[in-house]
Amino acid sequence: MDTLNLLVRSIFVDNMIFAFFLGMCSYIAVSKDVKTALGLGLAVTFVLVVTLPVNYLLQTKVLGADCLVEGVDLSFLSFILFIAVIAGIVQLVEMIVEKFAPALYSSLGIFLPLIAVNCAIMGGSLFMQQRIGLDTSDVKCIEDVFDALVYAFGSGIGWLVAIVALAAVREKMQYSNVPPALRGIGITFIVVGLMAMSFMCFSGLKL
Amino acid sequence: MSKKNKEAFLNPLGINNPVTVQVLGICSALAVTAKLEPALVMGLSVTIITAFANVVISLLRKTIPNRIRIIVQLVVVASLVTIVSQVLKAFAYDVSVQLSVYVGLIITNCILMGRLEAFAMQNAPWPSLLDGIGNGLGYAKILVIVAFFRELFGSGTLLGYNILNYDCLKEAGYVNNGLMLMPPMALIIVACIIWWQRAHNKDLQEK
Repeated sequence: MDTLNLLVRSIFVDNMIFAFFLGMCSYIAVSKDVKTALGLGLAVTFVLVVTLPVNYLLQTKVLGADCLVEGVDLSFLSFILFIAVIAGIVQLVEMIVEKFAPALYSSLGIFLPLIAVNCAIMGGSLFMQQRIGLDTSDVKCIEDVFDALVYAFGSGIGWLVAIVALAAVREKMQYSNVPPALRGIGITFIVVGLMAMSFMCFSGLKL
Repeated sequence: MSKKNKEAFLNPLGINNPVTVQVLGICSALAVTAKLEPALVMGLSVTIITAFANVVISLLRKTIPNRIRIIVQLVVVASLVTIVSQVLKAFAYDVSVQLSVYVGLIITNCILMGRLEAFAMQNAPWPSLLDGIGNGLGYAKILVIVAFFRELFGSGTLLGYNILNYDCLKEAGYVNNGLMLMPPMALIIVACIIWWQRAHNKDLQEK
């Protein structure tokens, strides 16, 4: 039940976009049509699911207090190591996708390497780092690698839902008459704001 | 100061603002603006990091192999962010708690990568420094405007000092708008700034 709770909360309540604004840059830039948005959402989910458990192990087995050397807390190195892991894994994913799924590779184009600098990925790792120390009765607590995996999957799906929903709204919005100064980015922000308000009704959701 | 350097410094503050025109670095711009103080600290940190990262990359620009430049840039930025984060923890602990993961997320702030790629890789250290400071301040400007309105109307204070919480106002029927402190209003205030700016600069409007 705890696992299911963690999953549902990370999709709806702690949604990466609507609650924390993570990965906003590519969220706004790539949400022009549903198909590309879906591709990017899947890629982000995949990279999250791969990097988060690795960073979890790194944090608990290498960086945490007394892990590597007795009496030494290396967690100030976490930024550099997390981003190195993410950049490395993104590079690896890029090479694998290029080799085994060339069609997907060409449709994702530049966005695949740019996932390395997507805040949602780094943010996932940093939130995971915060959640390790929490009390085990807290629903946000991440206790083991499996929890980290579930959290990564939930966050990724949350991001995917958000970007596909926005892309669908923007496809329809092409036919509406928006004031000239608000066209493009301005109205997109307002739409995201309204979507975030509607997602606020999930807060307090508990299974 | 030559005309080109002056442009590199002043353009990001107005006509080419990183947040409202180039739409970079929105994640943190929205997330840390519920209060004015963290917004100021965040703006200052990003300015310092952008300026130094620009100088370092500009000094190294002839020696970085093209294929691994993203990794090199990430490592430089991650080291600077680690230093800033440790300094904040040591001298401004309360603010660093409020900023939580968003200090670490400066690494994946698109403004940094964007300026390093677009400016520092082609220009000498001095113009790069000016460009970095200019973009950092352009970012800080938006943060401060958003945080000003959110804190004033959301909690009736500015920098923690009481502005609107008086009994006479309450008797007249004025209440603080709690929604201002929620994530959605950040998006809508940024949209209003974009709207205002584009209504005044017709060149920026999208078709």
